[in-house]
Amino acid sequence: MDQKLQITVSPHIRSSITTGGIMLDVVIALLPALAAAVWLFGARALYITAICVLACVLSELIFQLITKRTPSIGDLSAVVTGMLLAFNLPVSILEWQAIVGSVVAIVIVKQLFGGIGCNFANPAITARIVLLLSFSQSMTYWTKPAGFSSGDLISSATPLALAAQGTEKLPPLFDLAIGKHAGCMGETCALALLIGGVYLLIRRVITWHTPVAFIGTVFLISFFAGDFSLETALYQILSGGLMLGAFFMATDYATSPPTGWGKLLFGIGCGVITVAIRLWGTYPEGVSFAILIMNILTPYITKLCARKVFGAVRAEKVQKT
Amino acid sequence: MKRMKGVSVPHLKSTADSAPTYMTDLDIAIYPMTQHIGAPATPVRQKGDTVCVGTLLAKGTGTVSSPIYSGVSGTVEKIEEVLLSSGNYVPAVFIKPDGAMTPDPGLAPVQLTDTKSFVEAVRESGVVGLGGAGFPTGVKLDVGDPCRIQEIVINGAECEPYITSDTRTMLDRSQDILEGIHLLQKYLGAKKIIIGVEKNKPQCIRAMKQIAGSGGGVVVKELPSIYPQGAEKVLIYHTTGKVVPEGGLPIDVGVIVLNCTTLATIARYIRTGMPLVDKCVTVDGSAVANPQNVIVPIGATLQAVFDFCGGFKSQPGKVLYGGPMMGVSVPDLHMPVLKQTNALLALDVRDAAPVDATNCIRCGRCTNICPIGLAPVSIAVAYGSGSMEALQKVHANLCMECGCCSYVCPAKRPLVQQNKLAKAALAAWHKQKSKK
Repeated sequence: MDQKLQITVSPHIRSSITTGGIMLDVVIALLPALAAAVWLFGARALYITAICVLACVLSELIFQLITKRTPSIGDLSAVVTGMLLAFNLPVSILEWQAIVGSVVAIVIVKQLFGGIGCNFANPAITARIVLLLSFSQSMTYWTKPAGFSSGDLISSATPLALAAQGTEKLPPLFDLAIGKHAGCMGETCALALLIGGVYLLIRRVITWHTPVAFIGTVFLISFFAGDFSLETALYQILSGGLMLGAFFMATDYATSPPTGWGKLLFGIGCGVITVAIRLWGTYPEGVSFAILIMNILTPYITKLCARKVFGAVRAEKVQKT
Repeated sequence: MKRMKGVSVPHLKSTADSAPTYMTDLDIAIYPMTQHIGAPATPVRQKGDTVCVGTLLAKGTGTVSSPIYSGVSGTVEKIEEVLLSSGNYVPAVFIKPDGAMTPDPGLAPVQLTDTKSFVEAVRESGVVGLGGAGFPTGVKLDVGDPCRIQEIVINGAECEPYITSDTRTMLDRSQDILEGIHLLQKYLGAKKIIIGVEKNKPQCIRAMKQIAGSGGGVVVKELPSIYPQGAEKVLIYHTTGKVVPEGGLPIDVGVIVLNCTTLATIARYIRTGMPLVDKCVTVDGSAVANPQNVIVPIGATLQAVFDFCGGFKSQPGKVLYGGPMMGVSVPDLHMPVLKQTNALLALDVRDAAPVDATNCIRCGRCTNICPIGLAPVSIAVAYGSGSMEALQKVHANLCMECGCCSYVCPAKRPLVQQNKLAKAALAAWHKQKSKK
């Protein structure tokens, strides 16, 4: 035998799960929402998404080339970030603003901290908040879904803004579920997001803990705070960025705790902060702030909710023996 | 009772129906002095000596050690150092077989009188943990007062992919296992004996239930087929509900675990006087022409065993002692079959292709599936920081290197490798501390 044998540490077989495969699943799970966005807001939704994805992938590649790192755009994580960021923007956003957001997400939030897995905050969420604070006007210029006749965009308030103003004329729940209301282009169609979320659960990319805890908390608090009105509670969970946030952003691996209990706590925290901002804060929507705040608390939750080690003896006892 | 976590690995046990064939024709037999955990054995033969099957080649040195017997008849060719898969050089006895496989005329059934004579006999049988660990069984059974033993668990889980040698023991040698159980009951006073078998081996469960039915105090426990079901701590928990504490041994909670082949070999020794000289080995893997079970004299070279199985049908990229989850890769095929070898796998170049590790994405899969509840991510951080206190805090010492974390990692990070390094660093630190 001429060829030498490989020597490696066990195990010698690996599962078929890969980082790229996981990210591809997330991209697939986002497709129904993308389709809904195009249906609701017109071809511009696709155009903005393409810009964000392209900007994210390119800024990752350029950054890695400049810093002489191995380009990792093949893992598709930049594509996911780009899609999520786009979904968090109003369809009328200016192209250059979308690009600024993408660069902030990839370069500042992700790569400067070491790239995939090393960021402490969700890139898309943070970029959205940066854009919201920098370009408040265009980030809160909401338009009514106009379908493909997107010639002229008609300004409209989001359901949450309407609710905050105490307007009586709220859109019906069915319209909320299918997304026929003003809002960020990828967040309005709760149904499409739910389909994507279920896909992620089936593919075991995410677990039920975070979305159930997040949405459940928002539902319960709104139910009790809204004088036990089921309609108010449903209204709260179907509007704003909750579905998108709960299934796709709060479940981000690097910025949420790994264990089941940790994810539950994380989800509950997100839910509480979201409702608090929505009901009692200045902003009509609080999902992004809630997730960002919980991102920062993640290391502590991870520590608090670490798994019990089988048969472990406390460290002090080990030292004594 | 909560189930311990693990991973669903592919079973790949296509050799389960292959009744083992005997391999007798050897060019050379090599017996390294380390085929067990503990002190190396001391050779008692010299160059030119004639030996038979079952002749003592080396005796155990010290408390934790095990004697080594010849698996072939022939002449001692030389005693020379050989490289082991651990990377260490140890002396080895080389025997030129005469092809006759004559059994040693001095072998006779072992007369037992009491617990002490039984434990001594097990020590003399050369039997070590045949599941792969290689801990001398005689040392394990020497618990002082046999009243400490509440339960004896017989390990028939065989959770590693490919391997079916224990399966064959349970099917073909169930009478040996039954005899072994009687010995344990008679000489160790074992009140409760539990045979643990994974659910994916229904024919073994039937065979074991048959022998359990013929005597009292023996139960067969069907275990879920989740890797690492056969790991000692996992098996004890799933069969008895007991938790072996950190730094403790199973006997500390009144349990002894014996692999089914270990027990069958002990029974054969007591009945016939033939010590551990051969092993049923599963030869499998994508590069092997005719995967099958073979009864191999210990000492046969891997090359000879693979040749016996029709050689390679494709270029092997990696050859393993044991299964793919915990097996050890070997540098060349001149190494011999050892006492604890239960499988020889040859993976073809494609299956053995190295994987590149990428950034940890902190998905938490490793943390969530670790049977022991360790967090390989935290161990990585602690190890990287160089703080031994931090490593102790995350219980890196408890890692049993089962391989689940590396298996599930989407970024293909070498987590087991890192844990091994962390464990070694921690052990060295503890040693240094106790010296002070």
